[in-house]
Order: sequence, then structure tokens, then C-alpha cells
Amino acid sequence: MPADTVSVTGWGRTAPSAARLVRPRTFEEAALAVRGCGARGGIARGLGRAYGDAAQNAGGEVFDMTGLDRIHAIDADGGTVLCDAGVSLHRLMEVLLPLGWFVPVTPGTRYVTVGGAIGADIHGKNHHVSGSFSRHVLSLELLTADGQVRTVAPGTPLFEATAGGMGLTGVILTATVRLQPVRTSWMSVDTERASDLDDLMARLADTDHRYRYSVAWIDLLARGRATGRAVLTRGDHAPLDALPRSARREPLSFRTSRLPAAPSFVPEGLLSRTTVGLFNELWFRKAPRSRTGQLQRIPAFFHPLDGVPHWNRIYGRGGFVQYQFVVGHGREDTLRRIVRRISQRRCPSFLAVLKRFGDADPGWLSFPVPGWTLALDIPASLPGLGAFLDELDEEVAAAGGRVYLAKDSRLRPELLAAMYPRLDDFRALRAELDPRGVFTSDLSRRLRL
Amino acid sequence: MKDAFGLPQSLLVLGGTSEIALAVTRRLIARRTRTVWLAGRPSPGLDEAAGQLRALGAEVHTVDFDALDPAGHEDALGKVFAEGDVDMVLLAFGTLGDQARDERDPRAAVRVAQTNYTGAVSAGLVCAGALQAQGHGSLVVLSSVAGERARRANFIYGSSKAGLDAFAQGLGDALYGTGVHVMVVRPGFVRTRMTAGLPEAPLATTPEAVATAVELGLRRRSETVWVPGALRVVMSALRHLPRGVFRRLPV
Repeated sequence: MPADTVSVTGWGRTAPSAARLVRPRTFEEAALAVRGCGARGGIARGLGRAYGDAAQNAGGEVFDMTGLDRIHAIDADGGTVLCDAGVSLHRLMEVLLPLGWFVPVTPGTRYVTVGGAIGADIHGKNHHVSGSFSRHVLSLELLTADGQVRTVAPGTPLFEATAGGMGLTGVILTATVRLQPVRTSWMSVDTERASDLDDLMARLADTDHRYRYSVAWIDLLARGRATGRAVLTRGDHAPLDALPRSARREPLSFRTSRLPAAPSFVPEGLLSRTTVGLFNELWFRKAPRSRTGQLQRIPAFFHPLDGVPHWNRIYGRGGFVQYQFVVGHGREDTLRRIVRRISQRRCPSFLAVLKRFGDADPGWLSFPVPGWTLALDIPASLPGLGAFLDELDEEVAAAGGRVYLAKDSRLRPELLAAMYPRLDDFRALRAELDPRGVFTSDLSRRLRL
Repeated sequence: MKDAFGLPQSLLVLGGTSEIALAVTRRLIARRTRTVWLAGRPSPGLDEAAGQLRALGAEVHTVDFDALDPAGHEDALGKVFAEGDVDMVLLAFGTLGDQARDERDPRAAVRVAQTNYTGAVSAGLVCAGALQAQGHGSLVVLSSVAGERARRANFIYGSSKAGLDAFAQGLGDALYGTGVHVMVVRPGFVRTRMTAGLPEAPLATTPEAVATAVELGLRRRSETVWVPGALRVVMSALRHLPRGVFRRLPV
């Protein structure tokens, strides 16, 4: 099967490492690859959207699973799909939307694989209603370190270690996923502005339950009384009768458009405090104070950044860091303090979002817990950023919160056990299932997972 | 593993008593470094350095290593890499020699060259091989502005650093795309024991400033770092001076 040695990074384009990239085309080839792994092990990789080093394996093997991308069966009445783990959510939408079904959970990009969605146990704007992706997985097939394929059902320890397990329990080969019925491929969206952080949190807490999907873009460069000002966009799949006559003829069509890709060379410092400040000001002012029932296409509502291929290049050669944490309900003070600190520090961040999570998910290393999650991106070249984020980690850990491993590229390993109380169970299961440490990634080495 | 800012968790220092190396190590321990290997000739100085770093909270081991014994490099350094990944190697050993004496005593001059150049070629290649096998890591090489253009006053040292610098640049190109990052650090006059008693050159700097520059270079994945940064321009100008003029400069 094809393989070459390449330098690999995550979506944030920091900390490259070299690995042998193996591209299995069949399950048998995948099993061969796992059995034939060298001393430095291997790790599955999908579309490389994890921001940090989760799908890298320095000196070892990386299994590119995107070649295993068949959709095996669709139950168009019951609303389930059985597909290879290398299938992207984009592909699922193309196939399923015309049949009146939508993926149960989608993150801010469609270009993630089903395997990656389970491995990182991703969440979306509907977490407060639907939970994380793995809650909708009815069954999965896992290729474990011994080269065997196991069928794993929800509720079992192996399932709970695999959901959010960052690929460290094995290679997910297939999954059966329960789908969300939709009548149209349009979204009905309400937009409103919040004048500051307290206003924003009040609006989210009071009215989130009315919406299936909810997220707030937050202006982290705003200071003073405007600290934490935000634009809320919330909505649901539009019913048929909300569509204009012209759209009703093909209510389930799925159309995407893409702009030209970001250039491969972007000068360092394009995203400075000035440019990002300007962008944030415009973005905030452009948003309507209050608008209800606007019709948007799925890509515009869920995946605006997918419109610009390789948008991660705009941070230049130095790449960027995503920081996402969650703190529980009752820890609003921590959230306020962190937002204030970020805004005082003038981190040039234009992709900051705040969301209220619903119930915790079953995965041992799943990220969501009920409470508030803030995600932001910061150019890695910002002076003193490492030490600053370490300080935020301390605050988050002290409040019983955690950071998201799928986005992490810099957490101090000592804090991990405090953030993920089931870490010991996870380690014990891995030690038993994979005593040789076949499944290894740069993330697992860095954090001693 | 290194983090997004290029900061290592484990560090191997070749030349474990070098003041510059210890300043860099202290800085990295304050960030992410937990395991340090100090390689050098066994001496009270090496043990003392290890003790000081332990007090900062790092797990410190010392390794017998002699730059003048290339035949032993594979063994000595192989042991370190066998213990686990090394995220960064700091190649810091070197000797200034005594120009006046070395000009009269060719064997002493050769020792300078053997320490600074051939010793580094050997240790550099051993480490490069091990780093390449693990697929990641930084090799940080302490060169010197003295290697940029040899001066009358210290051309024996300067020529050895010129060789080291050229070697490290070539090695960096050879390792491009292998996950291994080679960074050449060219400090100017650094106030240390090694330079004590020498007349201070313009733009003199400190080991702490070198540590800051190394930290920045790791984050940017720089290939060349000048300390202070202004030396890049100054040396570029000096480099292009005609010989007759350069010879007469009071540097």
C-alpha cells in the first residue's frame, strides 16, 4: 500500500514532525499496517482538522484513513447510516440531505471524517440539545492493537474510552450513526447583538432552550464597557412552508461554493491587533441588532470558514493556537475573569465563540461538561502567549474546567489529570488493550496520555 | 514532545558547563523542560551545574562526553537517546583558545579546531541521526559571529566556528522535511568566564539574552539567530568590506 515519509502538522500548522504516511485502501490493509507498525507506533488521521498534534506521530506511522470512504448502507426510513470512518461529514451531507436527513452533530467545518468526529468526540452548535457526536453512534468497528476488529457498542468501557479517545484505543473502521430528520436544507436563523458579556450570558441562559442550534461570536478585542460584546446566531432547520416558492421546488438541495484558496505564503503579522480590531468592529456593526427567521444555507450557517480553502494559512508560517476551555455552571466568574484578561491583553482573535454546553457526554476523555465553553484562535507568534495560556489553564483547572484535546498543542501535562478525572481509567484500559503502545501520537507523547 | 511554541520537554546539552548553555537551560526549565541531560567531561563543575538545575525542579542526569573523543560519541549519546525522546539538543561546547599561544603551538591550535569543529561534526551527526529516527526535535548549534569573517585577533577560533557554522547550515538543509529543525545561533561577544579579561567588543551581550533569542528562535522555527539581532546587519556590512580595509579595523 502507498506510503511515504512526510512532515505532518495539525490545522494550526505548529510543531511539525515527520512520519511515514500509510494509506490503507481496504480493511485488510489497515490491519496489516497496524500489525506491521514499528517501535514508534501509529495513529489514524482523517482530514487533519485537529488543531494540534493529535494526528501526528513523529518517527512512526500515520494511517491516512481518507482512502476508506465508502458509505455502506443508508436506512432512509429509520434514519441511520453505516459508513467507513474515512467518510467526511461533507460527503454525508451531499448524500443524505436529498433524502431528508442531516448529520446529528456538525462542528464548524464539514471537512472532518466520521472517525475523527468520534475520536475527538466533537460537538456542535446543538450540544445543549443533542450532546456530542458519539451519543449518536449506535455501533462502531475498531481495529485494535492486536490486529483484530472488534464491534463496539455504546455503554461499554471500550466505547467510552474510544469516544474522545483521540485515536489511542485503535483505528475506527466503520460507524453506524443515527441521523437528524430535516424537511429542507435551509436554516431559519435569528440574529441578535449583545452589548457586553453579562448581556450575552443572560441571553444564552434565558433563551437557548428555544433553539436547536446556538452560538455566539464574541469580540475579544472590545474593552471597557463593551468587553465581551457579541453577536448571537441561533436557529433551526427551516420548515417547508418557511421557504420562498422558488426554493420549495428543491427544498433539500445541498449547494456549496468555495472562494479561491488562501495563498500558500502570507506575511507574518497580517492578523495584527489593528487588522483584527477593524474586522471585529465591522463584523459587530454589520450584524443586525435583532433579526428573526432569516433563511440561510447550511454552509453559511454552520461552516462559513469552509468557504475559504486553507484558511489556516492566513496566520503565516508561524501558525496559530486554538484555545478552547469549558467551565461549569456556577463558575461564571472564572469565565468573566478570563474574558477580561484576554481582552486586556489584546490578543488578536477574530474567531472567538462562546457556547453553553448541555449535559456531559459519556466518553472518558470527552470534552463537554455542562457549562460555558469559549474557543479562540491566536497567532502562535504573539509574544508571551505560552506563559499567558498557562495562566489561563491554571484558572480553568482551579474552577474544575478543562481544555479540549482536539485543539490542544501546548497544555502542561501536569494539569491533565485534574482536568480529566477519568484519565486513570483511560490509561488502565490502554495498558491492557495495547500493552506495546502501538497507538501513539505526538499528543499522547506530549501529555503522557 | 515540543509544544506549539517549540518548547522542549527534554533537553540534551553538549557542553554541560557552558554558561550560555546553562542560561538557556534555566530558561527552558522555567517553561516546559522537565528532563535535562548534561553531557561533558566529569568534573565538579558539571555536578554543580546539575545540582543547580535540579533545584529548579528538573530531573537532571549527567553524561560522560568528551568532544575530543569522537570515537566515544556514538556510545555516550546513544545511551541518552535510548532512554527516551530528546526534544532538543543544544550543541554548546567550545573553546576560545589563546590566539597568541596557539599561533606558536600548532598542537594547541589543533585542539581548538578539534573541539569546536571536528568534535561538533561528530556529535552533530550522531545527534542528527537519532533525532531523524525519532522524527522530531531541534538541534541548536552555538556558533559565533567570529565565524562570519575571520579576524586577525582570533582567526584560529574564528575559523573553527566558521567550519562549525557551515556544517550546521548544511546539516539543517539535509534535515529539512525530516521533522528535525537545525538552528544556528550566532552570538557576538558574550560576557562569560570564557571571555573574562578580554576587551569587550561593541554590542556585547549576556547569556540571558542568548537564552531569550533561543526561545524566540524555537518559537519561530528560525534557522539562524543573531544575538543581538543588530549583529546581522553589522556583520553583513563587515563581511563585504575589502580585505585591506577590514585588516585595518580595530576589531
